[in-house]
Amino acid sequence: MKRWISADALRLAIPALSLTVLLAAVFWLQPRAMSYVGLNLLFNLAVPIALATIAQMLIVSVNDLDLSMGTFVSFVACVTATFLRDAPLVGVLILAGAVAVYAILGVVIYLRDLPSIVVTLGMSFVWAGLAVLLLPAPGGQAPDWARALMTMKPPVAPMAIVASIVIAIVAHLVVMRSSLGVLIRGVGGNQRSVERAGWSVVATRAAAYGLAGVFAVLAGIALVGLTTSADANIALRYTLLSIAGVILGGGEFIGGRVSPVGAVIGALTLTLAGSFLSFLRISPDWQIGAQGAILIVVLALRLLLRRVENWEKGR
Amino acid sequence: MTAIARLSQKPWIWSWFAAFVVWFATIVVTGGASTFGLSQAALTFAAFSIIVGIGQMFVITLGPGNIDLSVPATMTLAGTVALKLMDVDNAMIVPGLLVAVGIGIAVGIGNYALIKALRIPPIIATLSMSFIIQSTAIWTNRGLRIKPPSVLAEFTTSATLGIPNVAIVALLISLFAWFLLEKTIYGRWISAIGQSMPAARMAGIPVDGTRFATYVFCAVLASLAGYLLACFSGGAALNMGSEYLLMSIAVVVIGGTAVAGGDSNVPGIWGASLFMFLVVSMLNTYGLGAGIRLVMTGLIIISVILLAGGRQPGTR
Repeated sequence: MKRWISADALRLAIPALSLTVLLAAVFWLQPRAMSYVGLNLLFNLAVPIALATIAQMLIVSVNDLDLSMGTFVSFVACVTATFLRDAPLVGVLILAGAVAVYAILGVVIYLRDLPSIVVTLGMSFVWAGLAVLLLPAPGGQAPDWARALMTMKPPVAPMAIVASIVIAIVAHLVVMRSSLGVLIRGVGGNQRSVERAGWSVVATRAAAYGLAGVFAVLAGIALVGLTTSADANIALRYTLLSIAGVILGGGEFIGGRVSPVGAVIGALTLTLAGSFLSFLRISPDWQIGAQGAILIVVLALRLLLRRVENWEKGR
Repeated sequence: MTAIARLSQKPWIWSWFAAFVVWFATIVVTGGASTFGLSQAALTFAAFSIIVGIGQMFVITLGPGNIDLSVPATMTLAGTVALKLMDVDNAMIVPGLLVAVGIGIAVGIGNYALIKALRIPPIIATLSMSFIIQSTAIWTNRGLRIKPPSVLAEFTTSATLGIPNVAIVALLISLFAWFLLEKTIYGRWISAIGQSMPAARMAGIPVDGTRFATYVFCAVLASLAGYLLACFSGGAALNMGSEYLLMSIAVVVIGGTAVAGGDSNVPGIWGASLFMFLVVSMLNTYGLGAGIRLVMTGLIIISVILLAGGRQPGTR
């Protein structure tokens, strides 16, 4: 059999398929979800998770891992609910500074040859501390524009869907189609060859981390737009969710093999898994566990697909 | 080579040095008033990080990508189930311990089954596994807080000859781990696999068996720590393991174990665990708020890594 789809498309097949199956199951269980409002409710919280997943994906594409994603998004949420509303200029400066810190981290990790896991682990304490300093108790208020943006009601498709598609397209253009994206993935694939081709690895890594910071900032703003107020612990689970989303979406930990569209689909799948389980009336005790089980099933499917692929190649 | 120069070559010396500096900085402020109390508290709380840290170190030594994220969930489940089984009955202490160890073995088998059979990266396999374990713990716990048997509660909270009992347990486990790593063929196998899995495979090392045993060992240590922690804190709580996820990884790396694998050291775990506890208590002594305390902890961790890390080029 001749290969009629590209490897990239095949990489997307499993995440897309799992999302479709899950969505069909939800519609079957609860037909009322098949509406404008229903879809928006199902996918509402997926938007910040999708943004955080893209941020994590950028870090993964240079062979690193960010364990501070959750605390960073929480920190951004706290800044958004306080400074960005009351003193927009200061708020923007703080967020720009945070993005700069991300870029610096990327450089320091490379120059000093440090394990990214540990540095980001240390940073997670810093972000958590800063968030607690800003908002010792849950509170603050979302800026009106963020609120308006997230509760917008575009025609045809609900905001959550439109936003996810926009995020996927933008991330795809940046990571897969721009020369910077190619460089970033190149650093993940073979750092030395990028270096020998005359590119600056330092600048590329700084860009990858900075870009990740930008997406994580957007995630925090989107989250506050949805929840209207913030809390220092609001997004702690995003660290693990974002990593799971990247892998679910067909990314690999090493080699710069990532898929932005897949990452967004992975984030949507993880969000939908929660709703699916509550529609099944599974006891809340088992909700987290079932999420783990879904993750395992999807990865098992991927293995199966790869086997088939290899078998075809071998013929 | 002088003794000092030789000592500074040891990867674990930095964590001990940092722990001592922080200990000293705290003592200076309190005017030596609580030297003994501080040291004892540090040993007690560090003991739990040491036990989980050693397990995590074995796994990390297996090479890049090997990490066990199911440690906190395993601790919680082992603590909950063991306390429920013992039900304040002193006669049930040994069965409780056996059940905790059994849970550890089961989790370890599950973890490695996912890694091997489904070819899932360990980080995701243990993450998915931890979701399932956490759910099981929630299901068995039901918000109940059962007290530990009196003998166990007494044992975990008291000291022998001024040294906390849990620290003695941690010491015994550390000696055992050190023996495993340095003196047995199994320890050599772990290091060899961490340095290069294909090379280890070609050298005829039973790679799968070794990795399997290591994941089981890590999960068993996590469940032991959960068992002790639940008895120490007077009952199991569903979030009792949560801080040990970051802690277990942090102590391994600050302790001087190569994150890229293939090189581990037990003494560093002690230095790093003491350091991590002492930093928090130092900042507490200075009377700083929770926010500043967290920021300082993070900055101190990063500076220690900046100072001590990056010595071996070529590691990730």
